[in-house]
Amino acid sequence: MRPIEVLRIAWEAIGKNKVRSLLTMLGIVIGVAAVIIMIAVSAGTKATISDQITSLGTNLIFISSGFSRGSVTFSSGGLVMRSSGGLVYDDATSIADQVNGVKSVVVEQQATETVKAGKVTLDSIGIVGTSVDFPAVRNMEVMDGRYFTEEDISRKTKAAVLGYDLAQELFGDADPIGQSVLVSSTRLTVIGVMAERGTVGEVDYDARMYIPLSVMLQKFNRTPFGRITGDRVQMIYVQIADSANMDNVILQIQLLLAKRHNVSLDSADFTITTQQDIIETQESTTSAFRSLLAWVAGVSLIVGGIGIMNIMLVSVTERTREIGVRQSVGATPGDIRWQFLTEALLMSLLGGLIGALVGVGGSWLFGTVSDMRTVVVPSSILLAFCSAAAVGAFFGFYPANRAAQLDPIDALRHE
Amino acid sequence: MTATRTIIETMDLTKIYGMGDVSVTALDSVNIHIEAGEFVAIMGPSGSGKSTLLNILGCLSTPTSGKYLLDGKDVSNLDKVELAEIRSRKLGYIFQSYNLLPRTTALRNVMLPLLYDRSRKVSAEKWEELAKATLEAVGLGDRIHHQPQELSGGQQQRVAIARALINDPVLIIADEPTGNLDSHSGEEIMLLLDKLHDQGATLVIVTHDPIVAAHTARTIHLKDGRIDTIVHNGNNASRASKKEVSHAAD
Repeated sequence: MRPIEVLRIAWEAIGKNKVRSLLTMLGIVIGVAAVIIMIAVSAGTKATISDQITSLGTNLIFISSGFSRGSVTFSSGGLVMRSSGGLVYDDATSIADQVNGVKSVVVEQQATETVKAGKVTLDSIGIVGTSVDFPAVRNMEVMDGRYFTEEDISRKTKAAVLGYDLAQELFGDADPIGQSVLVSSTRLTVIGVMAERGTVGEVDYDARMYIPLSVMLQKFNRTPFGRITGDRVQMIYVQIADSANMDNVILQIQLLLAKRHNVSLDSADFTITTQQDIIETQESTTSAFRSLLAWVAGVSLIVGGIGIMNIMLVSVTERTREIGVRQSVGATPGDIRWQFLTEALLMSLLGGLIGALVGVGGSWLFGTVSDMRTVVVPSSILLAFCSAAAVGAFFGFYPANRAAQLDPIDALRHE
Repeated sequence: MTATRTIIETMDLTKIYGMGDVSVTALDSVNIHIEAGEFVAIMGPSGSGKSTLLNILGCLSTPTSGKYLLDGKDVSNLDKVELAEIRSRKLGYIFQSYNLLPRTTALRNVMLPLLYDRSRKVSAEKWEELAKATLEAVGLGDRIHHQPQELSGGQQQRVAIARALINDPVLIIADEPTGNLDSHSGEEIMLLLDKLHDQGATLVIVTHDPIVAAHTARTIHLKDGRIDTIVHNGNNASRASKKEVSHAAD
């Protein structure tokens, strides 16, 4: 039998029961649309995370303090911290001086304090002590006033630059520049307000306050042995000149810090992460949600397939006589099998096609009406389409086989 | 008469349904011989085995034992696919209830056997033309785009006859072709079958109606799975042999 005739018969059979065929396809439509939307939401979330993290500066390496296993020991006086207890300010300077391929190095030291301005008191505000390059490295802009300078740092000027939301909360509509804020017991003068940044990861960049690192270390450094061990810092950002050089720079820093801290790389008292690591960590937090969606989509495809099988079985029973007639004029079991398989396949492919349209439209709608960003991945359309075809072939086979095995005499006698 | 072509030759054709104690012998050593161009009726009470015989002669089933030669070829032990091919190439069926595909035009119904013709003796471009010509031959040239439900019983049976003819079969098998028709339409169908017979077709018809059987040259009466009597109807008994004679004279 010519394929074109098989296709024509299948098409006519679907056309003769339009409503039923459409309802049967619905399962596949929903399944395919679900797969496409799920992947679009997932890809959208991924793109958002990636954008947010790279928006805070590019080509960054984050070095954070982490205690090595050997750093805390018991002595007669109780818990004593050894000198290899983490990063110190001098580490940053030696990285800048000795590591090749580094564009700039910024130190970040954080504390949480109560902030007062006039009658407004805010608890648990993040105070970030940092250096002059911070806005450049982290890709942030000063909206009003100015950022602090090298001079401010060396003179330990009691200056503060406020995050956008923090400025709003403390001063409302009034101009905050030149006003004073009381942080814990230290009075600082506001010299600038940062532009809006939003929340990235779990950090609300708009609710923080930036002050010169020197002031931070002097006034808010709570490390008990700070004066002995040097100025301890929590985080050093290294911006590298060329992203291709990333691995090399990381290795240099690891070796340098290990040597300076007198630790082996296996028990290092610092952790180095890249933006890629952070992106992956963030993505992994949504991966459970995404795999759940994938399961739901997969299950609805299977349910759709069972629907097709069900209707095909009904159809075989209804058309038993037709099958008998076809057999009597020379149709072989193979011809009959192909005819019904093609019908199931055609129905799932049509369902797949409609599902793809609904999926793309749905993704767009979802991205428009909700805050969630969606990115339709072309390969997801292909994936969904192929799954629909596979489902059709798989679930169409049993009914088609049943039709093929009918005895022509019984089929012709069927009422 | 040596030029005569034998279409049906059965040797001790036997069909047993079931196994062991519950087995029923539907056909018991039936020997039939039908030449090309013959018009033969098979009659018998229900349960006499005439449907079983027709199914085997029509290659819809195979005998339990015995041999069946169709057009010189032994078809008694063929599998499903081979039987389907024989049906496609050599046989045409006319059913009591027409068995046309519903909601399908007369033209498409008549073309149906061509779809399954593996020999491709007619190319696809000519299917429609051939189907039209065949419908015209049965007097339905003006009904080709009608669907079965828009046709009378007699007309539907004509479509079915056209469908049986389109593959140019060596044997046409008719199972109570007038059973669902009034006497007038039934007579018209029988006249059409007569005409086919005149044109040289070989026909085997199962009926319980003596008037229908009277159109044929020979009536085989079955009883309890055996041939009871064979009656030569006389009126057109020699038609086949006359044709052979005229062929020989050519």
